[in-house]
Amino acid sequence: MKKDRYSVFSLARNAVNYHQDWAEAWRSPEPAGEYDVIVVGGGGHGLATAYYLASEHNVGRVALLEKGWIGGGNTGRNTTIVRSNYLWDESAHLYEKSLKLWEGLSQELNFNVMFSQRGVMNLGHTLQDMRDIYRRSNANRLNGIDSEILLPDQIKEIVPAMNISGDTRYPVLGASYQPRGGVARHDAVAWGYARAADSSGVDIIQNCEVTGIRQESGSVRGVETNRGYIGAKKVAVVVAGHASVLAEMGGFRLPVESHPLQALVSEPLKPVLDTVVMSNAVHGYVSQSDKGELVIGAGIDAYTGYGQRGSFSIIEGNVAAIVELFPVFSRVRMLRQWGGIVDVCPDACPIISKTPVDGLYFNCGWGTGGFKATPGSGWVFAHTVANDEPHPLNAAFELDRFYSGALIDEHGAAGVAH
Amino acid sequence: MLEIECPWCGSRDQDEFSYGGEAHIVRPLSPENLNDREWGDYLFFRDNKKGQHAEQWCHSAGCRRWFNVIRDTVSYRIVSVYRSGDSPSGDPS
Repeated sequence: MKKDRYSVFSLARNAVNYHQDWAEAWRSPEPAGEYDVIVVGGGGHGLATAYYLASEHNVGRVALLEKGWIGGGNTGRNTTIVRSNYLWDESAHLYEKSLKLWEGLSQELNFNVMFSQRGVMNLGHTLQDMRDIYRRSNANRLNGIDSEILLPDQIKEIVPAMNISGDTRYPVLGASYQPRGGVARHDAVAWGYARAADSSGVDIIQNCEVTGIRQESGSVRGVETNRGYIGAKKVAVVVAGHASVLAEMGGFRLPVESHPLQALVSEPLKPVLDTVVMSNAVHGYVSQSDKGELVIGAGIDAYTGYGQRGSFSIIEGNVAAIVELFPVFSRVRMLRQWGGIVDVCPDACPIISKTPVDGLYFNCGWGTGGFKATPGSGWVFAHTVANDEPHPLNAAFELDRFYSGALIDEHGAAGVAH
Repeated sequence: MLEIECPWCGSRDQDEFSYGGEAHIVRPLSPENLNDREWGDYLFFRDNKKGQHAEQWCHSAGCRRWFNVIRDTVSYRIVSVYRSGDSPSGDPS
């Protein structure tokens, strides 16, 4: 399972052969009858979980089951923003762990995830916005997370295309800025983790949908799938929008609701925006991909839904906000628009937790902003599964907080824009 | 986009309505006797059905009245509409 390293030399060697001899990035094995740990869900979080389980924890044989194909769900549907400027200590530490993993991820996985620390700007449009931004920014700095306050003139220096004139319905009054934030190539994250997990011995089994979770006297025994029963000592579920469906198979409920979340990209343009701009108040966020497309994220629909599409009115309001911020974008044509299913928690924070069933673990509730957490989420979840207890970084994100009342209210930093 | 049949005003565009979450969640009758687990279940835990889902909508830009809808959460097709207080199978006359 050891693979040739990707390098400039392997690139040159394969160029000579017209790129016909690249080895497969990961195998497609038949499922074995029994595994020590089964990870359900082949998105970024599931792949990262499987990778850290196999590479950092001695847990035996690991399989990852994916009902479709690797990275075909929300991993390939998000707007690729990475940042860690969350208000509360618990989430700040979790997302900062993730950001630190991002910073070394291409080297660790030997796969270029195109992590680009081009900075993330969160705009304020009202006095209350600015008070919240100062508070969050100060909290970030106390937690060792880089954060600066920008006034409109400073914003204009970084983003000349933005309208800061003050004659808009919601004028730009300032922003918080996290220079270490940025974007990454979402598909590469899935492929990189899949390749590295496979190298570490994980069986990645695609087109394998879990249809039931078999239990005996309160302990998990394995999973029923469309490719037959597969036994397992531990089952780790990381399925985002379908978390409630899997929880029902386990015999319990979750405090999440699934909503459609939409995004869209424009035709490719010459470089016009070299940072990430987000605004909770007018609800728009935009960055420019390396191909030149504007990548624009919309909001969730209020109603619950498992269909990977949302309402047009959401996009209409979103685009209106973008055009008011960037009048030069008004005649840009949009190429594609799509939706994903996000599982939203009441406190806008994830659940990374043991469950009422022994040996069954859930990682869900990331809502609209899970992509940035991909490495950290997998890292703490692997620890939780391997040791049967949470890592200090995710101890506050247990399912029990909805009974104890110890919620982590991140609506200010997480609830709207990502 | 949904077209929703308000029981009082008739068929209108989704933009006139606001969504009110899962229907038929009964407020605890004796709240002083509830333990933390029961309160947690009531406040936060939801069925989040994949398939037919009973939910509340308000015609907020119209008659401002609440009513219930059965909607398929995969196809988004609205199966039936009935007034608050009626049961899903009841006649929304």
